[in-house]
Amino acid sequence: MNEVINKEQVLDWLDEVKDPEIPVISLIDLGVITNVDITDNKVTVDMTPTFVGCPAMDYMKQDVVDVLTKHGVDNVEVNISFKESWNSNKITDKGRKALHDFGLAPPPKHNLQVDIDILEHVECPNCGSDNTILKTPFGPTACRSIHHCDSCHETFEQFKPL
Amino acid sequence: MNQTALKELLYKIADDQLILGHRNSEWTGMGPLLEEDIAFSSMAQDKVGQSHAIYQILHEIGEGEPDQVAFMRNAEQFHNCQMVELPNGEYDFSLMRHFLYDTAEAIRFDMLTKSSYEPLALLAKKIQGELRYHTMHAKTWIKQLGTATEESKSRLQTSFNELFPYALGMFEQSPYENDIIADGIFPGEEALKEKWMARVEEIIGQTDLKMPEVSEAKLGGRKGEHTEYLQPLLDEMSEVFKIDPTADW
Ligand SMILES: [Zn+2]
Repeated sequence: MNEVINKEQVLDWLDEVKDPEIPVISLIDLGVITNVDITDNKVTVDMTPTFVGCPAMDYMKQDVVDVLTKHGVDNVEVNISFKESWNSNKITDKGRKALHDFGLAPPPKHNLQVDIDILEHVECPNCGSDNTILKTPFGPTACRSIHHCDSCHETFEQFKPL
Repeated sequence: MNQTALKELLYKIADDQLILGHRNSEWTGMGPLLEEDIAFSSMAQDKVGQSHAIYQILHEIGEGEPDQVAFMRNAEQFHNCQMVELPNGEYDFSLMRHFLYDTAEAIRFDMLTKSSYEPLALLAKKIQGELRYHTMHAKTWIKQLGTATEESKSRLQTSFNELFPYALGMFEQSPYENDIIADGIFPGEEALKEKWMARVEEIIGQTDLKMPEVSEAKLGGRKGEHTEYLQPLLDEMSEVFKIDPTADW
């Protein structure tokens, strides 16, 4: 690639990289991509996992490389670090809306002191009621909890606050 | 900073997480309730992942590849406390161990967020948030079953009595305790034990269970002295690894 790489363009391309488990939200909106730097036509992407044991991290890293390569960027470096570690407040508003439309309750914003209270009465993504109870904080993947809505009697999942 | 002391600390924390993570994963498909089955599997995934992140830090200061370190050592090279290697037993035993261990681990990582060793402090901040779900889970079930039927109370009490000396073994002092404290890496096992005891007493006080008589701690794990149960577990773990060392975990 000869022309100078433009950051906005790179961010736009990176928007194609989605969470493999929730394919409606991009890694940027999820807050997993923490920084993008372009120096001398080399693109450096910093990433941080949602959960330390996230099994999809290597996969997502490869996805970032693949997408940028596809767009002609041949000098890509991806760093995984905990310098700017992830918490659920980092999910953007666009990301929250995407989760909601996907049927997952977005995590409530919090002061980084998650306790059981904020897991109770999560707003039901089906009917909007907050007459809901926490069934278990451990859902099908590390980042989801399971809830039940007493209004519409549906069981639903939440992208859990961390 | 004393590197030997730092490595000793990192190894014991990572080994505890790895071994208990594998014990937890043995509940997959075996839990008393599907929910509990998933809870233990999910905590297992967290713990194994956290252990690997710590092995990664060790790798960056000159130790082997994380996978090699996790799967290719023998029992006497492991620094986990003996409590985490004990077989799962019945559900009440696993639950009580989970409560005693995770209470300590949550406090340990909380303390480590202030470590003078930056890579560890950064990782601890992240792990500490995740562990809140584990302690929340343990506390909820201990309170529920610790105030339920005579049978559930007596089963939990028996497990508690049996596990207590092993739980005290979590705080076995390292030969480098003074260096670790002086360097500001970690406030030390004694400080951790004190906070742990207070927290355990507080939660047990909200149930019909009683604190066991103080007994002698089961020591040795931190020095590589283990029960007969560790080596078979390691063999099983490494068997899967040796079949396909490139497989992703
Ligand atoms: Zn509803």
